[in-house]
Amino acid sequence: MLQRDYTTSQLDVLEAEAIHIMREVAAEFERPCLLFSGGKDSIVMLRIAEKAFWPAAIPFPLMHVDTGHNFDEVIDFRDRRSGELGARLIVASVQDSIDQGRVVEDTGRRASRNRLQTTTLLDAIEEHEFDAVFGGARRDEEKARAKERVFSFRDDFGQWDPKNQRPELWNLYNARIRKGEHIRVFPLSNWTELDVWDYIRREGIEIPSIYFAHTRKVFERDGMLLPDSEVVQRGEDEPLFEAVVRYRTVGDMTCTGAVQSQAATVEEIIEEIAATRITERGATRADDRSSEAAMEDRKREGYF
Amino acid sequence: MDILRFATAGSVDDGKSTLIGRLLFDSKAIFEDQLEAVERTSRDRGTEYTDLSLLTDGLRAEREQGITIDVAYRYFATPRRKFIIADTPGHIQYTRNMVTGASTADLAIILIDARKGVLEQSRRHAFLTSLLRVPHLVLAVNKMDLVDYAQERFEEIREEFTAFASKLNVSDLTFIPISALNGDNVVSRSENMPWYLGTSLLHHLENVHIASDRNLTDVRFPVQYVIRPQRATDHAFHDYRGYAGQVAGGVLKPGDEVVHLPSGLSTRIASIDTFDGPVEEAFPPMSVTLRFEDDLDISRGDMIARPNNQPHVAQELEAMVCWMADGVKLTPRSKLTIKHTTRTARALVRDLHYRLDVNTLHRDEEATSLGLNEIGRVSLRVTQPLFVDDYARNRLTGGFILIDEATNGTVGAGMVLDAR
Repeated sequence: MLQRDYTTSQLDVLEAEAIHIMREVAAEFERPCLLFSGGKDSIVMLRIAEKAFWPAAIPFPLMHVDTGHNFDEVIDFRDRRSGELGARLIVASVQDSIDQGRVVEDTGRRASRNRLQTTTLLDAIEEHEFDAVFGGARRDEEKARAKERVFSFRDDFGQWDPKNQRPELWNLYNARIRKGEHIRVFPLSNWTELDVWDYIRREGIEIPSIYFAHTRKVFERDGMLLPDSEVVQRGEDEPLFEAVVRYRTVGDMTCTGAVQSQAATVEEIIEEIAATRITERGATRADDRSSEAAMEDRKREGYF
Repeated sequence: MDILRFATAGSVDDGKSTLIGRLLFDSKAIFEDQLEAVERTSRDRGTEYTDLSLLTDGLRAEREQGITIDVAYRYFATPRRKFIIADTPGHIQYTRNMVTGASTADLAIILIDARKGVLEQSRRHAFLTSLLRVPHLVLAVNKMDLVDYAQERFEEIREEFTAFASKLNVSDLTFIPISALNGDNVVSRSENMPWYLGTSLLHHLENVHIASDRNLTDVRFPVQYVIRPQRATDHAFHDYRGYAGQVAGGVLKPGDEVVHLPSGLSTRIASIDTFDGPVEEAFPPMSVTLRFEDDLDISRGDMIARPNNQPHVAQELEAMVCWMADGVKLTPRSKLTIKHTTRTARALVRDLHYRLDVNTLHRDEEATSLGLNEIGRVSLRVTQPLFVDDYARNRLTGGFILIDEATNGTVGAGMVLDAR
């Protein structure tokens, strides 16, 4: 008889781990939800959810915190994908939070709704009484995230306390919380940017068009290419020009930069990423550049 | 390409950060913007060299105090393998963090400063590696450049450590003389140590055989979640009833006779399902869904095994426990929540037999409690039967966590020694 050595590829191992995490949440929590922005990480997370519960439907709703500053292509994708799955999509709107006076909008050229999202997110978690919230964050993205647990405890103010995290051993996750507290769950913790793209290629997963090279009117600010849009305030010293660009991450138009790229297919994107020398957040996210501990500070407040 | 998970132990003084920095840098896992940020911070602080520990010390308090608080996970890949590093701090909270990092590790690297030799800390790290049954251990004798790349010094350390390791459960021990700073024997073989005939550290990490570290003998499938489509994606699945979980041991195939615990009833596997279609076999770490030929009453927390190879069905456990809580201690009569595979129950500490000194391995039988970072042998009584194996035989069915019922914190990690 032939002897097999039962090896598994890195994507199979990562997928099996993520499925295990999703099922653990579905079994142990009353009201989970999955944050779905239409970005590549949340798209992969949604595919994992589809696999984890097949042939049953995904047993929890999706939620998007919509700043009103998102790319149209991404919003269209979000609506179409959740419709295909027959999933319930909750849209928590930052504009509503502003209108209700829960948050005050920044003004000026660098105004961004990035930080305001935290209030909208925490209000929505409270309103819907979610006790577990899936996020697509990965530990390779950022050094505060490198230390965050897969099951990340949040107190009743939604805050993360990095110095007081629960130890996480083997594949055993502690799901115990009191009412009002919740757990952020990161099934893709051990994935890298390249793993996500390899998986998108392997699975033939559709992603929004802005990830691929396209011609767009942009202007330069702090070495980043920001799009021409009514929600982005552009100074007279910031001239528009046309460039062939793509997005490595998908966030708000006000703080997400495009990179010059000719990559028009997933294969070409993988080639480009394998050769790049700048991290995705370093290249494209103004929100992480504000200080050395920008991400840690926002996470402590309850950010994604 | 497969994945190797490894833990690194040692303090900044041993050159651990430099070693990790070099592995990441040489495998292009450190990016220019990260390196620039580290260089800028090093300059601002007046450090003469680029302090690579700033790459891993991600929290504000860590940077302010110059210490590492928590386990940091780092990632890199070579064309042969993807690597996940659990980087555990040497000093602060060492036991708790190292136990956490080692619990999922295939391999551990312990760094030793060639000038200082085997220290108390090295013994402690080796003991924890063996307690957590990390299958492969590498002793990296670092700073060989500072002892003139002397073979005699390396051999001295090797002999001393080998003598100590003989008291432990270490099945695969490899010694590599390196200089993390200069890159000797890290990625490629060093020309400075022609007497060393082994491979470089990276070559070892890329090639160490881990496929047979998993238990492929004892079929263990903890039932995690019952899939019964209320709103099926297809009407053909209206009567579907599947048992989802991650295989913890053995190889399962359709047609295999299996036993369900706790009922003890036997049935056969009708199908092993996945979203991508049925599969012919399932083995660790696959997440699959099983269907059975007979309609049994099966729920989360139950176990599927083979009729002639079953785990212990136990309510009395003997275990080594590492205590991880600040403040509250483990004492006889402590009541805790226990989570083992997919089953959660309550546990009563019946007895604390001894507390182990992790430096000397001395057993203190007079001990009456376990405090933060202390390890001891305990007897537990559990309210419901657990389906356990000795930890030495299967880390997934032999490991458990203890949860404080007042704070909900994870306060202990346990390894089953002798189940009855």
